Amino acid sequence: MEDFLLVFRRDHDGEQLQLSPEQMQSMMKPWQDWMGSLAAQNKLVDSGNRLASEGRVVKPNNVVTNGPYVETKEAIGGYIMIRANSIDEAAELSKGCPILAIGGNVEVRTVVPMD
Amino acid sequence: MQEQELIPHLFRTEYRKIISVLCKLFGIEHIEIAEDIVSNTFLLAAETWGLKGLPQNPTAWLYTVSKNKAKDVLKHNAVFTQKIVPELTRTETTTPEVEIDLSSKNINDSQLQMMFAICHPCISKEAQVGLSLNILCGFGSDEIADAFISNRETIYKRLIRAKEKLKTEKVRIELPDSDEINNRLEAVLTTLYLLFSEGYYSTSQNTLLRKDLCIEAMRLNLLLVENEQTSSPAANALLSLMCFHSSRFDARINKNGDLVLYEDQDENLWNKELIKKGEDYLNCASSGTKLSKYHLEAAIAFWHTQKEDSAEKWESILQLYNRLLQLEYSPIAALNRTYALSKANGKEEAILEAEKLQLNDNHLYHSLLGNLYKDFDNKKAMDHLKVALTLAKTNQDKQIINRSIEQLINQS
Repeated sequence: MEDFLLVFRRDHDGEQLQLSPEQMQSMMKPWQDWMGSLAAQNKLVDSGNRLASEGRVVKPNNVVTNGPYVETKEAIGGYIMIRANSIDEAAELSKGCPILAIGGNVEVRTVVPMD
Repeated sequence: MQEQELIPHLFRTEYRKIISVLCKLFGIEHIEIAEDIVSNTFLLAAETWGLKGLPQNPTAWLYTVSKNKAKDVLKHNAVFTQKIVPELTRTETTTPEVEIDLSSKNINDSQLQMMFAICHPCISKEAQVGLSLNILCGFGSDEIADAFISNRETIYKRLIRAKEKLKTEKVRIELPDSDEINNRLEAVLTTLYLLFSEGYYSTSQNTLLRKDLCIEAMRLNLLLVENEQTSSPAANALLSLMCFHSSRFDARINKNGDLVLYEDQDENLWNKELIKKGEDYLNCASSGTKLSKYHLEAAIAFWHTQKEDSAEKWESILQLYNRLLQLEYSPIAALNRTYALSKANGKEEAILEAEKLQLNDNHLYHSLLGNLYKDFDNKKAMDHLKVALTLAKTNQDKQIINRSIEQLINQS
């Protein structure tokens, strides 16, 4: 078993949607069901974090810009860590990710163990 | 109560009380002397009660005899007279006579302090749980080995090593400071959780003994909750969980000692008072910021006190299991989550999810699949139930699976 980082990206639309609690709830359910499914297979290593859309990019020579979105069209919305036998299995497990239903994507990366 | 049941029963309830008080008095380095005194007391009880009949108040008899034995030891044992008695009497200049206080208050205080002494980080978690069962609950090596699916020899050695370690570290029997209480509380709660589970889920046919174990766990947990320093949200959540579960104790076992499944239980037999207590402790548990697995399990148990099926009930249970599994994986939680999924999202999705679990050597896994495939693909349902039957170890489990098989045959 190896660990994999799953990074969720989607186009940042710049708008802050105001969601009702019911809408929030219905958005949460697919995520919770998917993470619950990974955890039930004992393949979830870390529930990771959701990331706010606001951000700063710090560059050499004291250059600080607002948000990473000028250069990357797709903003990182969150990440989790899973375990799987191979990167192919990790990719297979990612197919259930709810980000895909709203036009986003999942980047699957193998974690290199530090010995 | 029958006489032959009385001594084991008293051993279960009184052994640990006397041990805690004597250990507290002598210090953990003389734990064997405390154990010898109490063991000899019970040995004497077994001999004399059989010959002369039961004393009027057996518990008081045990207290008096063990007190006298303890005083004898204090008088005659050279080590004691030279080392311990000066220690003990130094503070009490007016009364040189050592007082052995077996009042319920001192028993409770000693037990609470003993719980935290045993859960000292210098010994491993397994040793903490084992030693707690041994000293706080009066379990023998056999019973502990049973509970941990280990062998007697391993457990015995583990207990001896743990006691040695507590001695060399000179662990004091007292409530540590508040930071240290928080550090050790998790181990204390794990111990109580295992103790309760041992009573609730054990396959032993001895219903009385099993109920005793559950009551013991709840009693010790109550000590934590009633003490301001140890009454954490997680401790309240755990007690809430125990109240909800034990509210069904009478409903889940029928007159023959057979297990009655949740769906088939007569809810009139559910103990309303315990359900109410569970709700109260759950409310007390809702302060603070840390959500423990006991919070989630207590909330799941709360929903199970609502017999009526509703979309809200199963959606809530599913989400609680989703979070519980993210906190800590266990095969049983994975199976229960999948059952909740079938109730909340439908059987089709649940079958797909169940197939991913691959808990192939677990009879409950095949029972679940048998249940899910029923009315969907009865042949597959039957195949899984048959595998479950070959994997099941206890008669109780086999009985339940056989009932499902019969239902399936009668239906088609």
